[in-house]
Amino acid sequence: MRDQFQEIYDTLTKNKLRTTLTGLSVSWGIFILIVLLGAGNGLKNGVMQNFSSRAVNSINMWSGTTSMPHNGLKSGRQLQFTENELDAINKQVEESRLITARYNTTQTISYGAEYGSYGLRGVMPNYVHIEKLIIPPGKGRFLNELDMKEKNKVIVLDQKIAEVLFKEEQPLGKQVKVGQVMFKVVGINTKKEQYGGSNAYIPFSTAQAIYNPRRKFWQITFTVDGLTTEAENDRFNESLRSLMGQRLNFNPEDEQALYINNAQSEYVETIKIFGGITIFVTIIGILTLIAGIVGVSNIMLVSVKERTREIGIRKAIGATPISILKTIILESIFITTIFGYIGMLMGIGLTELINFFMVQAANGKPATDEPQMSVFTNPTVDIGYAIFATVILIIAGVIAGYLPARKAVRVQPIEAMRQE
Amino acid sequence: MIHIRQLHKSYHTEALSLHVLKGLNLDIEAGEYVSVTGASGSGKSTLLNILGILDSYDQGEYHLNGSLIRNLSEREAAVYRNEMIGFVFQSFNLINFKNALENVALPLYYKKVSRKKRNIIAMEHLDKMGLKDWAKHLPNELSGGQKQRVAIARAMISNPKVILADEPTGALDSTTTLEVMDVLTNLNREGITTIIVTHEQSVSDATNRIIHLKDGMIEYETRKNNGVHATIQSVNF
Repeated sequence: MRDQFQEIYDTLTKNKLRTTLTGLSVSWGIFILIVLLGAGNGLKNGVMQNFSSRAVNSINMWSGTTSMPHNGLKSGRQLQFTENELDAINKQVEESRLITARYNTTQTISYGAEYGSYGLRGVMPNYVHIEKLIIPPGKGRFLNELDMKEKNKVIVLDQKIAEVLFKEEQPLGKQVKVGQVMFKVVGINTKKEQYGGSNAYIPFSTAQAIYNPRRKFWQITFTVDGLTTEAENDRFNESLRSLMGQRLNFNPEDEQALYINNAQSEYVETIKIFGGITIFVTIIGILTLIAGIVGVSNIMLVSVKERTREIGIRKAIGATPISILKTIILESIFITTIFGYIGMLMGIGLTELINFFMVQAANGKPATDEPQMSVFTNPTVDIGYAIFATVILIIAGVIAGYLPARKAVRVQPIEAMRQE
Repeated sequence: MIHIRQLHKSYHTEALSLHVLKGLNLDIEAGEYVSVTGASGSGKSTLLNILGILDSYDQGEYHLNGSLIRNLSEREAAVYRNEMIGFVFQSFNLINFKNALENVALPLYYKKVSRKKRNIIAMEHLDKMGLKDWAKHLPNELSGGQKQRVAIARAMISNPKVILADEPTGALDSTTTLEVMDVLTNLNREGITTIIVTHEQSVSDATNRIIHLKDGMIEYETRKNNGVHATIQSVNF
């Protein structure tokens, strides 16, 4: 066995040009494969990131005023939610995930001589995930369950409010006055409101206690999972309407009793885009892999063809066909593995390098900016895919070496030796 | 050593089929020094390829050293070639990326002789051919005569019973021809059956028996008697 490797090593090192050319084509094939896969992944990741806030379907629900009589009750009743409706959605609506009640009011918020009138939202801790608020490191935290339980007077401010009230000062831990009540600032949200305007957030329980003694409210927001088509969403809206109809005692047909805003169309669209991009990247990957297989196969084929004469000579001096086949296949494996590995390392190196510089560039920007809107993010390839692709090319190289070798070995040595 | 009965061989191409050997009979005993001559197309190279198990035949029988050579698998053929036969070709057929020593040692690689041992044996054979100083040279750094002597050393290294040479001097000038023939003659004197296909008079004259082929049959044979060839057979028996 050792002798065989010595023989293979000799053959490869003494045919430097052939070995190098074959090897380079293998390296290049795998290198390009990984770079293209990385580019595809970068595109996919970039788009995914840009659309990620739309990748979760959330449902907004407002109670209204009945327009139809129901169960002996006349129309024109004003409906409101209680915390029981939250429980019902949590427990009875299978698709619901994160849920928050919302109590909205407008209050004057002041710090020292600075003040302004802002939207004040009593929300639950899940709100930060549902609305995807951004509280960067060093900017404090969002409201938590303890705040809810203890009805803490803590507040999270939008960046803009903090800038107006505090100027250069550090807002975290300071007390602001909301109406007549003092609140401690615990966090700063840097995500900008989609339609402008700035809000401050306090625990829902605190809001109920201070601003809403009747403890009723009008808006519930929750995320849903598993609804991927419009039909599913429509059915879901129907069942939600009838559930609320039972609880609040209104006719489910009554459009004005309950408003449901299901962001489904946007969501379904996003899911389609994700699907399309995944298919696109997969096709790029497969086509590139095929191109690589063809390239590597071609080189192996030519390389064996070139050696028909040598094969004939070896046969004439007593080499068995199997020993020749074994030698050629081992050579193929040797070349494709070593150079394939080099190509893989270079490909991964390049994609990681690009990623490194992109991350650097992103970090260089002021942290207060919105998240980077780039169509190209993290253009790297999963190491598993890289190894898979390399192994596929190695197998292709071996088969491409084996087929012509088998043919060459079958030729009568005298024929083989006539080939120049 | 070699016994051939009613040997037929045809080549088929799409356009025509060519009957090259037409029922040839031939007996060569161990230690003979034989040349096969004939015009081109007379079937001499075909005969040599069949003798060397480099090619198959259609009909008849071929016994080599007591074994019937027929329908052998590639593997069996390879073993016979390796153990019984040493080849010398017109175009040398050295492997051009291996140096002289490695070329000579190659048959022993397929006999699973260790590298160290086969290099020692190969060096002995090169030395015998007067090429010890050229051991590390690649074939394209050697002259034609040197290349052929390397090829002969390679043919000899597995201690074959028979040396088959196909126009061994065809690519050489007259001086080197004599040189190579001296080598072959010396090998024969050591007891190795030597068969040379040639169209050169000077080469065939050096052998002890000349078999002249014409149209796939033996036209006549001569044997050397006191250094002179005399016809002993004029027709196929």
